[in-house]
Amino acid sequence: MNKKQRITLIRILASAALLLVFLLLRPGQPLAFFLYLIPYLIIGYDVLIKAFRGIIHGQVMDENFLMAVATVGAFVLALTRTGDYLEAVAVMLFYQIGELFQSIAVGRSRRSIASLMDIRPDEAFIERDGAFVSVDPDEVEIGTVISIRPGEKIPIDGIITEGRSAIDTAALTGESVPRDVHEGDAVLSGSINLSGLLHVRTTHEFGESTASKILDLVENASSSKAPSENFIAKFAQVYTPIVCISALLLAFAPPLINRLIGLPAGYSKWIYRALTFLVISCPCALVISIPLTFFAGLGGASRAGILIKGSNYVETLSKVRTVVMDKTGTLTRGVFEVTDVLNARCPREDLLEITALAESASTHPISQSIQRANCRKTDLSRVSDIQEISGHGVTATVDGKAVAAGNDRLMSRLGIPTQTCTKAGTIVHTAIENQYTGSILISDQLKETSAQAISELKQSGISRVIMLTGDTKEAAESVASQLSISDIRSELLPQDKVSCVESFLKEKPAGSTLAFVGDGINDAPVLSRADVGIAMGALGSDAAIEAADVVIMDDNPVKIAKAVRIAQKCMRIVYENIIFAIGVKICCLLLSAVGLGNMWLAVFADVGVMVLAVLNAIRALMVKNC
Amino acid sequence: MKKTYKIDVDCANCANKMEEAARRTSGVKNATVNFMTLKMIVEFEEGAVPSTVMPVVLQNCKKIESECEIFF
Repeated sequence: MNKKQRITLIRILASAALLLVFLLLRPGQPLAFFLYLIPYLIIGYDVLIKAFRGIIHGQVMDENFLMAVATVGAFVLALTRTGDYLEAVAVMLFYQIGELFQSIAVGRSRRSIASLMDIRPDEAFIERDGAFVSVDPDEVEIGTVISIRPGEKIPIDGIITEGRSAIDTAALTGESVPRDVHEGDAVLSGSINLSGLLHVRTTHEFGESTASKILDLVENASSSKAPSENFIAKFAQVYTPIVCISALLLAFAPPLINRLIGLPAGYSKWIYRALTFLVISCPCALVISIPLTFFAGLGGASRAGILIKGSNYVETLSKVRTVVMDKTGTLTRGVFEVTDVLNARCPREDLLEITALAESASTHPISQSIQRANCRKTDLSRVSDIQEISGHGVTATVDGKAVAAGNDRLMSRLGIPTQTCTKAGTIVHTAIENQYTGSILISDQLKETSAQAISELKQSGISRVIMLTGDTKEAAESVASQLSISDIRSELLPQDKVSCVESFLKEKPAGSTLAFVGDGINDAPVLSRADVGIAMGALGSDAAIEAADVVIMDDNPVKIAKAVRIAQKCMRIVYENIIFAIGVKICCLLLSAVGLGNMWLAVFADVGVMVLAVLNAIRALMVKNC
Repeated sequence: MKKTYKIDVDCANCANKMEEAARRTSGVKNATVNFMTLKMIVEFEEGAVPSTVMPVVLQNCKKIESECEIFF
């Protein structure tokens, strides 16, 4: 609790205690008026002042005004007719309890989100003469070597020049398993160094580092408001004047009509009803809980490593029924790896080793993937006479034998018959002494979680999943069949992807939205053309963070479905609160208009509904099981 | 030019009101209040001097929500 909240609590306790004493003492009129005025002023002076200022500044219709009019009215009514001062004070008391509660709840959730997002490093350390000197990260120039001791945050993006350690990237990615890093690895600011001393050569300025960029993004997140948020703001503008006019009518129209038809006017009864009406009508529950829900939803999502750039995207994301995905880098890793050895006439390890040795001088991605797949140590003294034939492959002498490794073209050039392979991917044939010995299949590998990601998307209400790729038809079909995606478009150029997405936009079900998921490389136009653009594995890729509406920090495709579910949950809570708050209020308004409600019901309809709506809103923060 | 200021305000609705008040201030092109991080991002109009505009922004905000604060 902060100072303001403590003061409010003391005021609540003091006025409640006084009320209790007066209830027991039952003071007679007119002493009662002055006695009850004390707890009323203790608890309500700020509301009265605010209402007064509001009137002066022309801001008549806010909750302070409503509360002031209702309680002052009840007080006057008690003085002149009923003698029941309790109600006026109690209404103000409960209003303040509700406000205090809401302020604490909001403060709590703000703090819990703020601490999650607290990745801004305050200082960087530079080692000088064996001592660590603290410097302002803003003043560290690119290329400076900074030291990060265990337990400290990495302040600036860079590359490790010395040391090995495990780093915790949870604040950036939501991933709880620490990552092992050593010399030569790039590290991102905002991660926490867990075990060893690291020396890092900075590659960015502080302002351009990952932590600063993410914070900038989060801080700007609520700048674009969701349609439902704007609806509530507009609703409150129209609603309050309507309620005030209805209350006025309720207070004076029936008595006048009574007078006209000769019945007793009953002013006090109708004014009481009108005051009850005013207390009920306070729109706080909506006005507070809807922004709070979005705020909690955005916070919860960022805790899961999903940055949503505004509440409007929460709403769009919740309506996604069509998901268009890029293949490379989204569903697959985007790195080539040996996935199979085919038709091997010798043990597969031998084949891999011999091919790797023959290709040892090549820096081509394909040959590097073979080097990686070879688990034996590469002894370069065994290789000689390496010749690289561009676009074909290599020939070399390994252990005194002539080895050729390359594609179909190389084999036909050398006149070596090969067995054909039908599997999708790049094939490297190997021949030893002009004898075909086997083929190595190299393909881009699926991410481990891709299949799960697709099935989760379908479970989350996505009716159509489409995969786009610039790759060959075979490669696309092989990936699609493993993931059970039936809708694919292959051999696309980057500009084709935009026109594909445009045609899908026309085909999507009415009222639903389309999401495009890509890795942010080459697909910025598509990301912005889709209703909502989701960038994957965006850590370290500035272009993706710029272009996308939703940024998934790591490269786990399961998070796409999670993002959709978080948005759906958030919107469900928003609608629950709108329906609940408006529903209860309308019921209570009707009851009080016909005289079935009293001030106590009114207090529930105001404060009770607000408290429940706020509690419900905070649920949006809990996204673990989404 | 865009600048970010720390603010103090109690409720989400008051934050919205502050946002509106700040937007109406002359010299301010656009303003956004983030209730979540208690920050106000003010985009100034060409040629406007933040140090002269901000006191007016605060004054306008105080008019609609007396208990708010902007730190600049």
